[in-house]
Amino acid sequence: MAKIQREGFDYDIEGRVSGNREEREMKRTVYLLAATLALASPGVAQTPAAGGLTPAQMAAKAKAQNVPELPFAWYPSFLKMPPNIYLGEGIGVATNSKGHIFVYTRSQATRLFEFDAKGNYLREIGEGLYGFAFAHAVRVDPQDNIWAVDEGSNMVIKFTPEGRVAMVIGRRPEPGEPAPSNAEPYILSRPTDVAWDAAGNIFISDGYGNSRVVKYDKNGKFIATVGSRGSGQGQLNLPHTIAADANGNIYVGDRSNSRIQVFDNDLKFKAIYDQVGAPWAVCITPGPHQYLYSSNSFPDNNNSQLESVTGEIYKMELDGTIIGKFGHSGKKLGEFATVHEIDCRNENELLVSEITAWRVQKITLNPTKGAK
Amino acid sequence: MMRRIAAGALLLAGTLSAQIAFDAAPDPAKLPERLHLGEVAGVATNSKGNLFVYTRVGGGNGTWGASRIFTHGGSKLYEFDKTGKFVREIGDGVYGFNFAAAARVDAQDNIWVVDRGSNMVIKFAPDGRIAMTLGRKPESVNAPGGPTGGGGRGGPNTGAGVPGDNFNKPSDVAFDAAGNIFVSDGFGNARIAKFDKDGRFLKSWGTRGSGPGQFDLPLSLAVDAKGSVYVADRGNKRIQVFDNEGAFQRQISNVGAPWAICISPGAHQFLYSSNSNDPTTMDGGEIYRLELDGTVLGKFGAAGKAAEEFGTVNAIDCRTPNELTVGEVGNWRVQRVRLK
Repeated sequence: MAKIQREGFDYDIEGRVSGNREEREMKRTVYLLAATLALASPGVAQTPAAGGLTPAQMAAKAKAQNVPELPFAWYPSFLKMPPNIYLGEGIGVATNSKGHIFVYTRSQATRLFEFDAKGNYLREIGEGLYGFAFAHAVRVDPQDNIWAVDEGSNMVIKFTPEGRVAMVIGRRPEPGEPAPSNAEPYILSRPTDVAWDAAGNIFISDGYGNSRVVKYDKNGKFIATVGSRGSGQGQLNLPHTIAADANGNIYVGDRSNSRIQVFDNDLKFKAIYDQVGAPWAVCITPGPHQYLYSSNSFPDNNNSQLESVTGEIYKMELDGTIIGKFGHSGKKLGEFATVHEIDCRNENELLVSEITAWRVQKITLNPTKGAK
Repeated sequence: MMRRIAAGALLLAGTLSAQIAFDAAPDPAKLPERLHLGEVAGVATNSKGNLFVYTRVGGGNGTWGASRIFTHGGSKLYEFDKTGKFVREIGDGVYGFNFAAAARVDAQDNIWVVDRGSNMVIKFAPDGRIAMTLGRKPESVNAPGGPTGGGGRGGPNTGAGVPGDNFNKPSDVAFDAAGNIFVSDGFGNARIAKFDKDGRFLKSWGTRGSGPGQFDLPLSLAVDAKGSVYVADRGNKRIQVFDNEGAFQRQISNVGAPWAICISPGAHQFLYSSNSNDPTTMDGGEIYRLELDGTVLGKFGAAGKAAEEFGTVNAIDCRTPNELTVGEVGNWRVQRVRLK
């Protein structure tokens, strides 16, 4: 029987609390004690400067203070892998309109898998594809096309819902040929993510090599670009993740600048949200009231000093107002070991993929409403 | 007949680059679920209308030896029937399939592939067995940090190159009526090499440069019924025409940068040439139809990623003059283009 954990309790899949009353009370006490210690003693193992944080911890810790903790539950191991298939670094996760789950992962080869909404394995997409070198992100557009962003081949690949290649953007460098050093309209340099507006225009965060966002029309024709490497307004230092709202505004996780930058549909600068740490992964929910999620992920260099000040995921209004946060760094289920992508098609049921933990977790917010 | 009248009308109108109406059939090459095209470098049809696609699919591997790395794989050759149904893979795991450059089918339905990574031209009999090889694959590449001395080739651009089939990133192959073999060679060398039908080296011509008989990336070539050799001299934005012995005849220089050329069979032969977009741009992309004397009859298409647009066309098959098959490096696909 699958279990859900929430605030120290074990719940069965129907949401019933398991264990007798005494067990529950004991678990509750342990949970609260641990939570209190965690809050009161950040970085206790690192011997920080008296009463404070190390400079590295100060840099990694989000500026936002007194952020409400959002209660959440998690579902362990809900993806059912065939015996001979393993997830590697859990780089990308996305869902389509049917709730099917797509995972783009770095294993011996970079691979793209599809699961049904219950986590049952359905198939592999793009097996052995020319553009699959080093996974970075997967997203599903409103027409249920599946888009893979590959940081190793410098390509963004659009698959039809049937799993056939429909369009490619960028070009894998020929063997022995260096990638063009200039930010060419149609050449990407370690791209990181993709998003679309309602008209189908394509926005690519590009990326580790270039420091820009590129806009293409729905047929892949170049329209505009914004960004150069730097920390000024409109500049980017590792645009790592990208999302669009219903009005076509573009939210860019400017990771190394520890801020989200917002651009309008023509890529004109609009706003900076710099209270939520380093945005490794952002997503925007659908529906009339949209929310923005952003993960201040535990850095993938596994610097243990930073474990206590990173790992939380923020829920925000689109204007940057912080609603709350949940989670923290760690390897246990319900903790986050470098969240790399978030799917938030369902506002209260998120999927998070984690690099260093090689896994995907399902997270339920507001579990008091009854997790299933 | 209608075609000739239409072509004549275009000439009378004086619009040398008149647009030719066309449509493109989707999926002339339908692959099984687990196979995908990558960059399509070569397309060719045989006398039955079967389609051969030589594509860069990646997934090659390197094996570490004592001081060298031995690399294998990276390209695949697929056959489809004329309805687009997948027939088979040819040459699975063949030693010379590394980085596809071209595929052509000769008059006897042998299938030839040119590989830029292995520096080889490989002839397959119609049954898919290897019938002849030209060139030799470099043994290995040096391991980083290891002792040098690996059996690689390539390196600096060497112009005319060494006489023989010591290719340096060859690009295409063509045949005359006697079965002589012509190889454009290529990205490393800048020459055309001629072999007899048994693969014996006869001669080569050309050096790097922009003068008559010189080349700046001979990327594609074709031979007409009289044995004249048409070379797509991409960097010089011209098609050079040579007689069967390599003597310069003339050049055609009003069709942009020729990435892929072909000559249709039959009593009245036509020359097609693609001014393909460089992968970094969406400029150009149109395909020209010409008389063999260089008269432009019209053009069609433009660069893009949508259907009926072209993404860096690297190969054209024109066995049927009004039904072309084009292979696209940029869009990882094959389109069958019907000219109206």
